[in-house]
Amino acid sequence: MTLGFYPGCSLKGSSREYAESVLALAKAFDINLEEINDWNCCGATAAHNMNKELSLALPTRILSLAEKQGLKEIVVPCAACYSRLTVTKHELAEDSALCSAVTESNGLEYTGSVSVLNVVQFLDKYITPNLEGKVVKPFDHKVACYYGCLLVRPHEILKFDREEDPQSLDTLMLKSGATPIDWAFKTECCGAGLSVSRTSSVGRLSGKIIGDAKDRGAETVIVACPMCHSNLDMRRDAINSYLGEKIDIPVLYITQAIGLAIGLDRKELGLQRHFVKVTV
Amino acid sequence: MSKIGVFVCHCGENISATVDCARVAETAGNYDGVAFSVDYKYMCSDPGQNLIKNAIKEQGLTGVVVASCSPRMHEPTFRKACAEAGLNPFMCEMANLREHCSWVHEKGEATTEKAIDLVRILVEKVKYNHSLNEIKVPVTKTALVIGGGIAGIQASLDIANTGHKVILIEKDPSIGGHMSQLSETFPTLDCSQCILTPRMVEVAQHPNITLYTYAELESLEGFIGNFKAKIRRKSKSIDEKLCTGCGLCTTKCPVKKIPSEFNEGLGKRTAIYVPFPQAVPNKPVIDRANCTYYIKGKCKVCEIVCPTGAIRFDQEDQIMEVEIGAIVIATGFTVKQPDFFPEYGYGKFPDVITGLQFERLASASGPTLGEIRRPSDGKIPEKIVFLACAGSRDPAKGIPYCSKICCMYIAKHAMLYQHKVHGGKSYVFYMDIRAGGKQYEEFVRRAIEDDGVNYVRGRVSRIYEKNGKLIVAGVDTLLNAMPVEIDADMVVLATAGVANEGAEELAQKLHVSYDPYKFFAEAHPKLKPVETNTAGIFLAGACQAPRDIPESVAMASGAAVKVAALFSKDELTREPIIAVVNRQAPPVYSSCVGCFLCVSACPYQAIEKEEIKNRNGEVIKSIAKVNPGLCQGCGTCVAFCRTKSIDIQGYTNEQMYTEVMALLNEY
Amino acid sequence: MSSDAHHSGISGLGGEVLEHTEVKVSHCYQCGKCSAGCPLSEEMDYPPSVIMRMLQTGNPALEDKVLRSFSIWVCLTCEMCFARCPMSIDIPKMMDFLREKSLKEKKANPRAKEIIAFHKSFLDSINYTGRLYEIGLFVDYKTRTLKIMDDLALAPKMLRRGKLNIIPELIKDRSGIAEIFRKANKKNKY
Repeated sequence: MTLGFYPGCSLKGSSREYAESVLALAKAFDINLEEINDWNCCGATAAHNMNKELSLALPTRILSLAEKQGLKEIVVPCAACYSRLTVTKHELAEDSALCSAVTESNGLEYTGSVSVLNVVQFLDKYITPNLEGKVVKPFDHKVACYYGCLLVRPHEILKFDREEDPQSLDTLMLKSGATPIDWAFKTECCGAGLSVSRTSSVGRLSGKIIGDAKDRGAETVIVACPMCHSNLDMRRDAINSYLGEKIDIPVLYITQAIGLAIGLDRKELGLQRHFVKVTV
Repeated sequence: MSKIGVFVCHCGENISATVDCARVAETAGNYDGVAFSVDYKYMCSDPGQNLIKNAIKEQGLTGVVVASCSPRMHEPTFRKACAEAGLNPFMCEMANLREHCSWVHEKGEATTEKAIDLVRILVEKVKYNHSLNEIKVPVTKTALVIGGGIAGIQASLDIANTGHKVILIEKDPSIGGHMSQLSETFPTLDCSQCILTPRMVEVAQHPNITLYTYAELESLEGFIGNFKAKIRRKSKSIDEKLCTGCGLCTTKCPVKKIPSEFNEGLGKRTAIYVPFPQAVPNKPVIDRANCTYYIKGKCKVCEIVCPTGAIRFDQEDQIMEVEIGAIVIATGFTVKQPDFFPEYGYGKFPDVITGLQFERLASASGPTLGEIRRPSDGKIPEKIVFLACAGSRDPAKGIPYCSKICCMYIAKHAMLYQHKVHGGKSYVFYMDIRAGGKQYEEFVRRAIEDDGVNYVRGRVSRIYEKNGKLIVAGVDTLLNAMPVEIDADMVVLATAGVANEGAEELAQKLHVSYDPYKFFAEAHPKLKPVETNTAGIFLAGACQAPRDIPESVAMASGAAVKVAALFSKDELTREPIIAVVNRQAPPVYSSCVGCFLCVSACPYQAIEKEEIKNRNGEVIKSIAKVNPGLCQGCGTCVAFCRTKSIDIQGYTNEQMYTEVMALLNEY
Repeated sequence: MSSDAHHSGISGLGGEVLEHTEVKVSHCYQCGKCSAGCPLSEEMDYPPSVIMRMLQTGNPALEDKVLRSFSIWVCLTCEMCFARCPMSIDIPKMMDFLREKSLKEKKANPRAKEIIAFHKSFLDSINYTGRLYEIGLFVDYKTRTLKIMDDLALAPKMLRRGKLNIIPELIKDRSGIAEIFRKANKKNKY
């Protein structure tokens, strides 16, 4: 089986272990992820903060390329890219004048035929049905599943899981042999785009998240977004200095955790790339 | 030759702001058969009515067209005026220039033209009107009151005290409703039970009131003064005549962990139970869904211990048919539960409770005997937070309206908490304080000024649990939206008051209208607050909108007076807008050919066969005959009649045809 | 949409917000739930509900303060306010519009210098290569802000873990991307 794949910039750079684990998992389940040719950046927070037109045109080019390549479904593991692509699809579908303005002026052919899957939707649809028999090393840990913002909000557009206290990652982790904990910061923002420009804010916001996970006995935090991962993992110094203690709970991508459960190689899953040592 | 008067009303500015009323009157004055036409600011006022009466007398008018508001509003007014001037009231027609024209169009030539058209078609119609006489029907002087809360109790007592019979039905095992669950009542803090229970007893003992608890309305037929109701008396599984209410069965029942409805889930009850000690009637029922005998086929402990042998496991529901003349709906309301609020934990925190649950905690008859203790561990909360507008005024959650009672009961709750927990801290998060009522504002100020309740203006974004505390994250909007985070021991949500489950179904059974939120609709928001659009059916209490006790009681008494007024006459007059089968001179007798399609089409079983006999008593012809007492004037038979032998009086085929032609033909 | 703005009688910045985002500032009844849930509220000069109130007044001086505020830049578009707003007011969408407007009128808050510099460096990077080139982004951002020392320790750690590409990933159709940027910038230079 072949599905389209939009890795996005982070998965080619600072979060390459996410791409590695997604691809490793796909391979283990005989799924071929075909990358969109010559894809570009979705524009991320910067584009929609600064220039609306850009924030629509960049994702439209990606969707247009996917259509040209004959892809029906594309897997978009980065929650931010997923949000930008889905919101763009929504806005263009709602407003035909806007749609023609964006596509015509940039010479893009776009019909809106491509479905965008976030990582959980991908796992639920193509991995979960065959997961049970493959779990050889149950991920037997207490895990705090962290969803962040862009996977579940705005619900009106994404229509995924539920906005408050979502469950989809918890369900997946339960099936991988983990014990998901009930905690309070599942969907609070980690600081996202302010990582570089206002690291102190990230220390505070991510600090509350890591602090609550630790207080409730989590051994691992599970994420599905490279931005959440870099803030919770790479910014651990800022977090620890905000909390005034040293917390070394590792942060794993959902795909890494499932990968471990089905016995994939740690290196293949890119665990060595984390800042906070993965001890689980 | 007709002599018709046309009376064009300005309705203040309601019509004249967009319609040129003088021109409408002037144009109508030129129509054939119109002898008089005039426009006036308020035609429904005394001088306006006199204009009509004088014109009838002075001009000898044979028909009247009043061009004003909807006939729903003032048709009775103008027909009465005509009758007083000696004209048959059914020679008066109304052109609806307000709802059908001025309110829905902008000012302009076309709007006035439409108004002229509306008048013209009625001028043409009225030429074919005939004098009609009202129909008299008898009145069954028994009222049905549905719902035994304070509104239903008050309505029943008031009607019964005028000497008329009342049947009161209540779906629960006891009457008392929500009021019986309350601790103290605002703004006087008198004990709810103390003022309610005497009335409950009075209902049970009143010679004019028949009380059926555990009973629901099954269906309703008929019309004002002559309803037939079917009532389902759910099986209580006991013989009420034998049961003495000793309570032995309820103490011995082995199923003891059913959440008590009366205690809003904060206490437990048995499967055979009396909802609360002061219940009326004070006799148990078996909750079959939870009874071991009904689930597993054995147990029967209650039967064994019952000293009078009153248990009846095989008792079935009874359907009872009663004849009544009027109905008061007093089915009350319910409140949203905490699981309605995702951001407040989807109901998973046991110490986030509703206002009704707090009432049970504060009540001397409640599960904590009136001590404020939190449900999770029985600890007395040192810090308590009350959230106003939990679900109310929240279009995103589908409830845009204000639930009205919460501002007051929150102030009461916070006050009771401060009185009962010395040194405790209470917070109220609110958006506005709506304390419009006698002594209400003063009551809220007392909570703030004398009892030290901390009012914070802002809505809470979320509640989460941490280290045994409930973290309440809000803001103070009066301090530049400064974050306010309170680590509370208990949180009380003033959850939105909503219509009862099943309200829609009941409304459909009763043929009364309801609003988008399933509250029953009053006939007029100002002038007919206790009437429904169905004659003879009235509203009392919170089934119409969230209401507090004084309002519910006032409404109930209002509804009772309406019923009493109805019962003050032996006969009712009904409009003669009914179907008639034509009769002609022999040898035809009628154009009806006796196919009787109409008989099967009639939804009211109002059409029967009539045999026309000659002098020798031989049947010459069978034709249809409409029973005027049963006919509702719906017109279905007219549409079915192949030979056009049936007409609705006042809306004959000829009149309808004339109206259409008046509109189509160039004048 | 513009006729809607006309009918509603909202003028000034609130009217522009309506025209461009369909957000009606008059819908806000100042409950403060947005500010209560906003993770950045305490770092803002005006929390979201106060921004709404300032726009409701139609007072040009207050509207100017909104465009010059730090709030609109520190807003992370985490969408929490929108998710919980009882009136379903799309504040994040409005914030996007206010940011763009603030830039256009050169009213961006000086305290937001780093935030804006980061966004600009980010977009420039995409403009040149089609994809984000993280080293290029850092260098460009540091040149803009002169925050040379910040995060300097991070780079070698990232390199060691193979998290940084030395050479940028270039897409083939760079001229197509540049064209998209040129067109978007013609209307509104970021």
